[in-house]
Amino acid sequence: MSHSQKVASWYEASARTRVRLLLDPESFVEFIGPELRETSPHLRLFDLPEQFDDGIVVGHGQLDGSPVFVAAQEGRFMGGAFGEVHGAKLTGILRAARDLKSVPVLILFDTGGVRLQEANAGELAIAEIMRAVIEARTAGVKVVGLIGGRSGCYGGGGLIAGCCSALAVSEQGRIAVSGPEVIETNRGVEEFDSRDHALVWRTMGGKHRRLLGGAEFFVDDTVQDFRDAALALLASVAPFTVATLRAEQERLEDRLRRFGGCRDAVEIWAAQGVPDARSIPAMPADAFIAIADKLSRSRRDAR
Amino acid sequence: MEDLSFRHSTPRRAGGSRPMAIIGVVASGNLEVLAERVLADTDCLLEIKTAAPGFGEVWKAVVTDFVDRHSPGGIRFSVNDGGARPDVVSLRLAQAARLMSEDDR
Repeated sequence: MSHSQKVASWYEASARTRVRLLLDPESFVEFIGPELRETSPHLRLFDLPEQFDDGIVVGHGQLDGSPVFVAAQEGRFMGGAFGEVHGAKLTGILRAARDLKSVPVLILFDTGGVRLQEANAGELAIAEIMRAVIEARTAGVKVVGLIGGRSGCYGGGGLIAGCCSALAVSEQGRIAVSGPEVIETNRGVEEFDSRDHALVWRTMGGKHRRLLGGAEFFVDDTVQDFRDAALALLASVAPFTVATLRAEQERLEDRLRRFGGCRDAVEIWAAQGVPDARSIPAMPADAFIAIADKLSRSRRDAR
Repeated sequence: MEDLSFRHSTPRRAGGSRPMAIIGVVASGNLEVLAERVLADTDCLLEIKTAAPGFGEVWKAVVTDFVDRHSPGGIRFSVNDGGARPDVVSLRLAQAARLMSEDDR
């Protein structure tokens, strides 16, 4: 990897560039590539343009010499949203991993959730993918999510991320189910002001997810950092058992007990013992990682 | 949506040996170009699906200029356009031609 590739911004890169720079050079082989034109059967009905890969790149390659499956969403095409074909490609790669049992899966999330123009097919795809993630993990496959794209990881993408073995997230990689506008529309501006960007970032952004334990690793916004995190997570993920699920349930109950009364993310950070909680949003990545690691090593027995 | 198609004769075959290349993303003001080496050496075909109908004459001018500059003989270009401006279209087509001119790995 050249120097410029190492420091390339994950956020700014396309799905194809992320895959190419994340994996070992020249190792990526795509399944159902753009030349096959497996496009959405729905978008044309809405007079909308298609993309030849339907907004997701799937295939296999090598990471530090070991085989991996990889799926990367293109967050700029329709907000990286899940349509019928898009979802089926991710389901397919997860089922392949389940059947092979030994090859891990990296999911490069960059999505606003279900594509509204193909809502039913998209919702079904989310359910199929969640089942496929759990089936793969039950078969012993590690499924690691990398989140740092411009569309974040919202809607059904947030649900799928919650099913993964482990997640790495950057500051830009917001993780949630309902997005800011959705919450404001349904619950009112008093509940959540979607135009208050500082509120959005400290509630859904990568730093908060790391401190809450929703993501195992917080990384700086470079391809190299995501690559290092993926390798570290693949080396450390615990087996998926009933005990894992019980530990996760316990972790979540404990979190609710400790922070359920908080009104804002800053209150949670203060309750966790962050020395100057208000300084978290503006803190550089390396300083934040040091604080987060000191406060709470992520539990490796849960998820 | 509007579908456009332009067929040109080219003086020479496009250089390089890559069979296929893709560049760009379908987004507002952007487009993707899929290039495939599937035609006779003196043919070039551009098939365009654009979200902005009514700009056929502009497309014709941009495509003609591109073919004159690059002589991409043997290549079929398939374009999904999200309403890109002519300068972005020219840039993406040139990027696709550049990728095809590399040797196959």
